[in-house]
Amino acid sequence: MLSRVAQNVYWMARQIERAEDTARLINVNSNLLLDLPRNTTFGWLPLIFIVGAEKLFFEKDPNRLADQSNVVKFLISDRDHPSSIISSLAAARENLRTTRDTVPPEAWEQINALYIYARDHVPTRRGRFEFLRRVIQGAQQINGLLAGAMSRTAAYDFVRLGRYLERADMTTRILDVRSANLLARAGRPAAVTPDPSDSGQTQTQTQAIPEPEEQDPFESIQWMSVLKSLSAYQMYRQQVRLRVGGPDVLKFLLQDECFPRAVACCLKQLEICLRELPRNTVPLAGVSALKQRLNAAAAPTLVHEELHEFIDQLQIGLGDVHDQIAATYFMH
Amino acid sequence: MTIEWQQYASTGFYDELIDGATGPRPAARTLCEYLASLSDEELQERKTAAELAILVMGITFTVYTEGGSIDRAWPFDIVPRIIPKYEWDRAEAGLKQRVQALNLFVDDLYHDQRIIKDGVFPAAVLAQSVNFRPQCVGINPRHGVWAHICGSDLVRDQDGTLYVLEDNLRVPSGVSYMLENRVVTKRVFPELFEHQRIQPVDDYALRLYDMLAALSPRPGNHPTVVVLTPGIYNSAYFEHSYLAQQMGVELVEGSDLEVDDDDCVYMRTIEGLERVDVIYRRIDDLFMDPEVFRPDSALGVPGLMRAWRKGKVALANAPGAGVADDKVVYAFVPDIIKYYLDQDPLIPNVPSYLCMREKDREYVLAHLKELVVKPANESGGYGMLVGPHATPAEHKRFAELIQKDPRNYMAQPTLALSTSPTLCDDRMEPRHVDLRPFILSGPNIHVTTGGLTRVALKKGSLVVNSSQGGGSKDTWIVDTEGL
Repeated sequence: MLSRVAQNVYWMARQIERAEDTARLINVNSNLLLDLPRNTTFGWLPLIFIVGAEKLFFEKDPNRLADQSNVVKFLISDRDHPSSIISSLAAARENLRTTRDTVPPEAWEQINALYIYARDHVPTRRGRFEFLRRVIQGAQQINGLLAGAMSRTAAYDFVRLGRYLERADMTTRILDVRSANLLARAGRPAAVTPDPSDSGQTQTQTQAIPEPEEQDPFESIQWMSVLKSLSAYQMYRQQVRLRVGGPDVLKFLLQDECFPRAVACCLKQLEICLRELPRNTVPLAGVSALKQRLNAAAAPTLVHEELHEFIDQLQIGLGDVHDQIAATYFMH
Repeated sequence: MTIEWQQYASTGFYDELIDGATGPRPAARTLCEYLASLSDEELQERKTAAELAILVMGITFTVYTEGGSIDRAWPFDIVPRIIPKYEWDRAEAGLKQRVQALNLFVDDLYHDQRIIKDGVFPAAVLAQSVNFRPQCVGINPRHGVWAHICGSDLVRDQDGTLYVLEDNLRVPSGVSYMLENRVVTKRVFPELFEHQRIQPVDDYALRLYDMLAALSPRPGNHPTVVVLTPGIYNSAYFEHSYLAQQMGVELVEGSDLEVDDDDCVYMRTIEGLERVDVIYRRIDDLFMDPEVFRPDSALGVPGLMRAWRKGKVALANAPGAGVADDKVVYAFVPDIIKYYLDQDPLIPNVPSYLCMREKDREYVLAHLKELVVKPANESGGYGMLVGPHATPAEHKRFAELIQKDPRNYMAQPTLALSTSPTLCDDRMEPRHVDLRPFILSGPNIHVTTGGLTRVALKKGSLVVNSSQGGGSKDTWIVDTEGL
């Protein structure tokens, strides 16, 4: 298989997954905000940091207001933001266009249709949920088509490598939303929000709510939101059978090997795919090291900055795995 | 209103299916009777079925000027064009003869240039050829073949004679449409294939693969053949991808290949570097190797010419083959056939006036309004003057162009191109057609059965190029023996 073709289908899968997970990310934040008490103002800015786009967001206008409308627009329909839903879908389409023969034609049609839908429907506040639902559903249809009609050759392994790597990364980012929220409420400047003197944006966003976490009546409801945004609620209930509590949810979404959006499960899938491919020593070792780090962590007890830092570490580890895959298969 | 062939008239032209005096020609009789038996509604159903098949099969072509949406559905007419087998057999022999002579000619030009020394071909024409590549002098491609894939355009005049209009020896395209047109037609008129002896065309990809494999510098091994494309934005990308798929070989871009210190060509795969033996290249000579030709080419592979010169890789078509793909050289083809094969051409050339000859030039300048003027090195119908349809300003501009650079222009009488019945809305109307057969040359020569019939869909138009409003038809070679 040509390196270029492998690279294209890998990125195509990553970008489809990124579009889907960005939609989930926006949903999780919307739901959290709805569930929180009225005077909570942690708002939308953390999302910009969570997707790592703070520079881009404030580039044009350092005083740009990180309110709901601006942030959501940035994440959904901003063509200048390479990870927005529209940019991701456009890039997935472009990647597949030159390697169309590697996937069943229906998958190409579906990607095309999803891109055109996203291009022609800039969601209003009221239509946003429906729009995001369509994006998530469209991405799942593509995954389903590929699962049902694509031969299990190396090309399919690269599709899955891209998908699971992106998914692991985005699941950690979605968890970060929750951690940002907790940090903000604990009354300290959140680790993910910049020094107010940098941007002048965050003063109103770090207001403390002086209630200790343990007594927070909204606690379980919020974790339920996170689970539901990842389509994980039902599976969590079956597996964990406890009341929905922070430590258990974290453990589930980070370390469960069975739930397909959990980071550990994604890493396991990466291993399975890599074993099918030639010259896999280096990337396999990379995944294996990352897995060890993930399992060794006592995730449930991680709180506040520790959690955020741990998630940061995971993301760096996932970046390394990408680099190893790229160096092995895409460069030469 | 169902079709009534008595009312179909192609006045002043030879029609491929209908003889003005006697009705449908023998080879077309079954088809014409069948079409006439269909109701209007049924005919429209067939047309819709064809359009649907084209959409579903994703047959597209690309137009340079369309910006964002670069794929367009392939315009197709459901009524096939028919040639009786006995007539095609003669054309096939003529094409083989022609391509054989052209390959001998190209090989001679890059070696001893005997044809020039013997005074048959003027040195001046060669000196000004933009497609002669000095970098190719002295190279010996396998089997002495330079143009492995040739597309020669055939046209028929008023009196029914077939002529060769031009030869495409660089990167001729269209064969994928020939193959897909047959697939579509079989879906639309399956019953006709059951009752007639229509010669199959489907084996082209296999023949192409066998020919390419026979060029491998490492015979005996299972050769690695690839198709080299300039990429998605090329107008023939669909065909590149189609042929690679049909042959079961990789479709590569320049960036997928590299030439190493051992002068071998490798492609970058997930397994590492894999040696490539034969490249069916669909990019122009000048973009192939930035070390030798255009240094700004991002489409090519640095070192490719070096690998080819050392015999480490085969290139089809060979660089430099285009020297015979020149509308001025064209005029000499009958002499070329005579010189190398000592035979008379089986298919004649269209009479041509070479502007480099003083007498011819005077004639051309005096008769611009009647002639078609062509630049020596353009294809796709670009840069042409169709005298009878041009404005006085265009006549004037071409007169200046010719006087400035006579070697670059030749002229031909405006041919009364033959017509073939074409379904226009709900009526059968005559539209002008040509035919592009494809000739494969390796250890031996193979000609496609028929070829790609292109049709000018606009009433009265003579321009059949898909980039300029042309469409295509399936082409049937029908065995009428015993009918």
